[in-house]
Amino acid sequence: MTFPKDLKYTKDHEWIRVSGEEAIIGITDFAQRELGDIVFIDVDTVGNEVAQDEVFGTVEAVKTVSDLFMPVTATVLEVNEKIDGSPELVNQDPYGEGWLVRVKLDNPADVEGLLSAADYEAQVAV
Amino acid sequence: MIKNTALTDLHIALGAKMVPFAGFNMPVQYSGINDEHETVRKAVGVFDVSHMGEFILKGSGALDLIQRVSSNDASRLTDGKVQYAYLPNEAGGVVDDLLIYRIDEETYFLVVNASNIEKDWDWISKYNTNGVTMKNISDETSLFAVQGPKSADVLDSLTDMDLATMSYYSFAKGSFAGVDNVLVSATGYTGAGGFEVYVANKDARKVWDAIFEAGAPHGIKPIGLGARDTLRLEMGFCLYGNDIDDTTSPLEAGLGWVTKFTKDFVNAEGLKKQKEAGLENKLVGFEMVERGIPRQGYAIQDGNGNVIGRVTSGTQSPTLKKSIGMGYVALAHAKEGTELYIAIRNNPVKAVVVKPPFVK
Repeated sequence: MTFPKDLKYTKDHEWIRVSGEEAIIGITDFAQRELGDIVFIDVDTVGNEVAQDEVFGTVEAVKTVSDLFMPVTATVLEVNEKIDGSPELVNQDPYGEGWLVRVKLDNPADVEGLLSAADYEAQVAV
Repeated sequence: MIKNTALTDLHIALGAKMVPFAGFNMPVQYSGINDEHETVRKAVGVFDVSHMGEFILKGSGALDLIQRVSSNDASRLTDGKVQYAYLPNEAGGVVDDLLIYRIDEETYFLVVNASNIEKDWDWISKYNTNGVTMKNISDETSLFAVQGPKSADVLDSLTDMDLATMSYYSFAKGSFAGVDNVLVSATGYTGAGGFEVYVANKDARKVWDAIFEAGAPHGIKPIGLGARDTLRLEMGFCLYGNDIDDTTSPLEAGLGWVTKFTKDFVNAEGLKKQKEAGLENKLVGFEMVERGIPRQGYAIQDGNGNVIGRVTSGTQSPTLKKSIGMGYVALAHAKEGTELYIAIRNNPVKAVVVKPPFVK
């Protein structure tokens, strides 16, 4: 399992990669393994501001469904078009091509409060 | 305490993701549900389903006892034949569904769901007033379901039993992979064809290894409970605890075909009355028209937002790449082609009633 150092993480298994006022968000390698084969990403919040820890969508695996939580308050700009037709990208490349949404951050400094790669790894190692 | 099967350590070594299921530590997936599913549909895969329960009923009154508790007509069985049936309760619901094997005139082998072993044992015992000898061999018995179109090719080399010509719902007992007294039946829960192999726990590893060795040229793989569920759902087979339970009517569940009113059995009168009065609901299959995956417990609505039923099983079909489900709906909405709406996270998402099996 990998935990890229340049990302921030949530206890709910999302990651966020910030660039300026925007960021992209996905689910972690640990999360995709736990979910198994992912078949559908359902995000109905494009254009909306979603508060920190609120649900911005759901990820459907063959056997289970899991909510997606917003790491920090942000407005959803777009969903990764590629995962619409190829949701397996989330399993294959969770930190790369399998990213989920691009957002505009309310306050980029909020990200500092999230988990580091080491903190997150320690959490899922238990 | 959670129970293990004889091969739990092997499943872990094979990289299985383990989950608690019906009190057992069971493999839910190995390589991934979609890959395992496709392996069974196109080639051959093996499920360790040793959590299932097995009872032996023996004695001159065995058939009478089975006829009393079972919905189906076991007097139609001959030696070496298997019958699907359910145990009706007295309140209009279902205690369990099961397979009944006739070993000989006075000996029957019953295979029940893991979650119901104790309940079924107590239930059948309650009606055993004529001294039938009952034996619960669940803890000593391993069960491997070898499923898929290549199953006979794989198993044929391991036994003298004639598996290639064995008809559906038949069985034989004999030497298998050098182990005596192995029961092999042409049964399964996948719709992909194949066999179920019953073996004593002490011989489980030997038989498993022999099957995998023989299956290697066919790309045989271990298959978890995750794919077992998607495979059975594509066929529209009921799962106890989802689609049928203590409170669901077997007639509404579509089990009329194994309900034989030509003999007497527990609650036959009640079920006959229900049939004559007409059913209120029906278990139907449906496919999603709009995007979304139905899950157990979601409400089913009509076009006006009225709740007309509930989803009992649902998944994304790995074969069809479509979302499919089963659920009870009011009879007026049960006809093939009827539009339904599944309430997925409070949004009504359009679906249409189809007749299972979903995969022909």
